[in-house]
Amino acid sequence: MTLQARPEKGSGIHGWGAYIPRYRLPLKLIASTWGWHEDQYKGLNVREKAIAGPDEDSTTMGYEAALNALKRAKIDPSEVGAVFFGTESKPYAVKPSATIIAEALGITPITMASDLEFACRAASEAMRSSIGLVSSGMLKYSLVIGSDTAQAQPGDVLEFTAASGAAAFILGPSSGASAVFEGSYTYVTDTPDFWRRSLQPYPRHGEGFTGEPAYFHHIINSVKGLLEELGLKPGDFDYAIFHQPNGKFPVRVGLRLGFTMEQIEPGLVTPMIGNTYNASALMGLARVLDRARPGERILVAPFGSGAGSDAYSLIVTDEIVERHDLAPKVDDYIARRVEVDYGFYTRYRGKIRLMPR
Amino acid sequence: MSIARHWRRRHNLYRLIGTRCRSCGRTFYPQAQRCIYCGSSDVEQARIDGEARLLSYSIVYSVTDEARYEAPVILGLVEVGGVKLITEITDASPGELEVGMRLEPVLRKVSIHGESGLIYYAVKFRPAMGGGGSGED
Repeated sequence: MTLQARPEKGSGIHGWGAYIPRYRLPLKLIASTWGWHEDQYKGLNVREKAIAGPDEDSTTMGYEAALNALKRAKIDPSEVGAVFFGTESKPYAVKPSATIIAEALGITPITMASDLEFACRAASEAMRSSIGLVSSGMLKYSLVIGSDTAQAQPGDVLEFTAASGAAAFILGPSSGASAVFEGSYTYVTDTPDFWRRSLQPYPRHGEGFTGEPAYFHHIINSVKGLLEELGLKPGDFDYAIFHQPNGKFPVRVGLRLGFTMEQIEPGLVTPMIGNTYNASALMGLARVLDRARPGERILVAPFGSGAGSDAYSLIVTDEIVERHDLAPKVDDYIARRVEVDYGFYTRYRGKIRLMPR
Repeated sequence: MSIARHWRRRHNLYRLIGTRCRSCGRTFYPQAQRCIYCGSSDVEQARIDGEARLLSYSIVYSVTDEARYEAPVILGLVEVGGVKLITEITDASPGELEVGMRLEPVLRKVSIHGESGLIYYAVKFRPAMGGGGSGED
């Protein structure tokens, strides 16, 4: 084994937080704009998607999620030794968002800080790296942020699900954590399922690779690898959360792995807000932590195109109870909704070019 | 605002760092070398936080080209922890505003210098989550 599932010293999630912008675009309005028949999007199991406002981007959304995570962690920002920002919608091609967020939160200047890219899995790579950094004793707390204002070419099928949102976590030693990492496992290969070339505004997707060779192959292998490493079976978990490019894939992969709808449903957020890319599975994890009770076991398996998946097992501790209400919950943000039409969406997401911006 | 000015003021803009006068005890925003009330130079940095309320607002429909995406722009007179400041109100349509409503700070984009320039971030205020009503609470 070249990559340890269980480092000698433990680590865990101290604080968690999410952010969802308030604007919602119903899928039926996308369909009516581009002439799709409802049968062509109903199967996605997504009702509407969250879209960022005109003064929001992945940095501002990631900041608010991180602020919520810090509130729940109950630590001084200067104790954070690393800020990792996972996104595929960087406001700058070159200039880190991690430093802007670190500065705004009061974490700078003695900290690591970088933006990571691995399609929807960059923030999960940050989480695995942070487990190593914390377990080694190199730093006490790491801030992991997944945030995206997902892009989709107007009229492309991706437009039905590409949404905006963020999730963030403060990782630290197992002592005092809200949930302790029991183990983690990673599975990556070179797979051409989805990409965006430099200077291109919208991604492309290789249809034949999207499902089985990419999403299902990698998640099934990461989860099976973790279960084998830990000697666990699906029935040992209270919750099972998977990457959610739509509302049907996470259900299908969960059932195929032997999990039940009762385990999958609490972490399923895409049907209500769309696919928030780097925040997708991690938003599901945040929603589960919002309600989790001490002693419960959580499986979470993010995925990113290109392609790779990580699987984590977490055990909830007594510490979580007093932290539930220290910041807004995922469901608070889901409830804060204002429906907009396709015209608003094109303006808010900069698809109407008024002037050089 | 120039790049250098925004960089110098980034803590004020990102975290609402203002000034407290050790001489007269009053706090104000933005940061200054002298007290705007008594003129004393015996001042220190102070974080402006606490409960925020909307005192008054103005809705700007005719905006500059740069602000067209955000129009209408709402400028608010906000009281935060006893300090009054003028700021943008976001995540609200004009019909949702009510004098006295509770607000909360958020970090947002405030301007973008063209397609290749810097993106400027700063604190704005939005109606408080969980209800921005003006009721006694």
